[in-house]
Amino acid sequence: MISDYFNLAFKNLKHRGVRSWLTLLGIFIGVVAVVALIGLGAGLKTAINSQFGVSTTELITVQAGGVTFGPPGSGAANPITTNDLRIISNVNNVDLAIGRNIGTLKIEFRNEAVAFISAGSLPSGKEERDFVHEANQAEVMDGFLLEEGDTNKVVLGYSYSVKNKERGAVEIGDKILLNDKTFRVKGILRKTGSFITDYMVLLNEAPMEDLLDYGDDLSLIVVKMKDKDLMDKTKLDIENALRRYRDVKVGDEDFVVSTPAASLKTVNSILTGIQIFIVIIAFVSVFIGVIGIVNTMGTSVVERKKEIGIMKSIGARNENIFWQFFIEAGLLGFVGGLLGVIFGTAITVFGIFGINYQFGTELVPDINLFLIFFALLGSFCVGAIAGIIPAMNAAKQNPVDALRG
Amino acid sequence: MLMEKEKTKNVIIELKNIFKYYRMSEDVLVKAVDGISLSVKQGEFVAIMGPSGSGKSTCMNMVGSLDVPTKGHIFLDGVNISELHESDLAQIRGKKIGFIFQSFNLIPNLTTLENVALPMMFQGIGSEERKSRAMKFLKLVELDSREDHYPNELSGGQKQRVAIARSLANEPEVILADEPTGNLDSKTGKIVMDFLEKMNKSGRTIIMVTHDPDLAQEYADVVYWLKDGKVEKTTRRKPGQKKLNRKLVENIAETGVSGRLRASSHVDTLGGKEEVD
Repeated sequence: MISDYFNLAFKNLKHRGVRSWLTLLGIFIGVVAVVALIGLGAGLKTAINSQFGVSTTELITVQAGGVTFGPPGSGAANPITTNDLRIISNVNNVDLAIGRNIGTLKIEFRNEAVAFISAGSLPSGKEERDFVHEANQAEVMDGFLLEEGDTNKVVLGYSYSVKNKERGAVEIGDKILLNDKTFRVKGILRKTGSFITDYMVLLNEAPMEDLLDYGDDLSLIVVKMKDKDLMDKTKLDIENALRRYRDVKVGDEDFVVSTPAASLKTVNSILTGIQIFIVIIAFVSVFIGVIGIVNTMGTSVVERKKEIGIMKSIGARNENIFWQFFIEAGLLGFVGGLLGVIFGTAITVFGIFGINYQFGTELVPDINLFLIFFALLGSFCVGAIAGIIPAMNAAKQNPVDALRG
Repeated sequence: MLMEKEKTKNVIIELKNIFKYYRMSEDVLVKAVDGISLSVKQGEFVAIMGPSGSGKSTCMNMVGSLDVPTKGHIFLDGVNISELHESDLAQIRGKKIGFIFQSFNLIPNLTTLENVALPMMFQGIGSEERKSRAMKFLKLVELDSREDHYPNELSGGQKQRVAIARSLANEPEVILADEPTGNLDSKTGKIVMDFLEKMNKSGRTIIMVTHDPDLAQEYADVVYWLKDGKVEKTTRRKPGQKKLNRKLVENIAETGVSGRLRASSHVDTLGGKEEVD
């Protein structure tokens, strides 16, 4: 008997107009959001990690505190300086403390100003340089990395090697102007997928100082530890040392000491925020979908009043009519959910494909069959629940009145 | 469930002093059926005639257990259906009664086969049996070749034949036909009436509402003329007589029409005057 109701409901759905199908949009969007969100979960994390420059290298970074715009440390009231670098170098378990400057420079290709970009300095010393390269995933795709003596040479991020409207593709040996000073391109970095590193310009400390004249100020300090297992303790020690040196109390710090775990926490909280937002959208969509189905089924009861009368005249009981409309409403929801699952899965697959392409990862779409099953079941239930009141109205129609239409 | 069994010999439908009133407002009470008593024997072909608003359809609805009387009792096959609950009435409609409507009333989204099989679904008959039985009835009305067609692909006459097949689906004892030829031309109407006659000859009781005295004269065993919610006249075929007397039926109809023209003069004729031809 249940299969007969499904069969009848399916036939009725097939003959429905566009208006009825549009009411599915709510459930469709809700399911798309949930399926895509979960399917893309791991990919989103990778993408956000890359975009925010969260390194997998276990290092501690120190920056000036407060809200700043532009490169790290820029505009801070009390910047980090080489003195802080010296203090940190003396903290237990600190192997290397490297001061780095990151500044905004005007970049020109073939005498045409293209953009203001972020340029990062490379420190002196092989170990320091290697560590900075490693932390930034800086590997050359073409040409060479900078050597310590290179004063008028730069290494560019991957994005400059890609041809765009404003300029052609930059090649090794090309001349570029940074703040009106000429440099030659020595190397182009591999793609990392991060906007920060793919658009980065690396140059040595001395020419960077020439261009920006930052004196003793540093944008950030990168700390390499002797024992990575003592990361949390080292972070606390650095904080204590800087508090003492800068004479600030706990809670009033004008600097920030971050570890990958802390950065990851920030990223995760951003991701959670995004997820909550999408889940809210999904709930609102489903709620709108429910109202749509109630409306559509209510209209359907009025439009099909005569059909209800006919069914009653040939022996349909009230419960037969109820189940008929109830299952039809459920199927409406199910179709919305099915379309949502298909579209959501497509977004997941193409999204992961895009992330893999952009960030060079090898992620696999997380297509969860349980999720799909519950999304479809949930869609059916939501539709059916939305159909309860219209189905009750249909069932209690007086046969004679209903037959008049 | 109140099910009063009364054994009545050979009588399948019995209306005992039936009233159906509709209260339109505090002051206005419409007496759609105003004390009708009649009985229908098994296998009879009954025609109910009368002007518009005389209570024909209301009467049919109550006999068909689509509606219940305000007062009085209706017995169908000995069961008092006037006091049954809606779900029991639905059971009776499904099992014991087949409806044929003037406007065919097929479900547009279903094929002819599915339309015919639908009443069986409500009786819990399995899908395969439904199909084979529906095909049998479609064959009976010579539309088995149109099993996959939708109602909008059929002519009026074909639709009514599908409706006839559907009315037979649960092999009911009584067929109620409300103006079955009202939307058909005379030639198609004749075909439909011949099918109804065939069903009657196979033992089914037919109650037909019609405005057409020719149909009543040609096919009916009994004609009830209703006026103002009462049976005004009854004409019954004599044993051995093939058809009703044409003049008598026409006379009834003419009296009815003139009665309708004289609508203000209300004559209380409870039970009506019976004329046997």
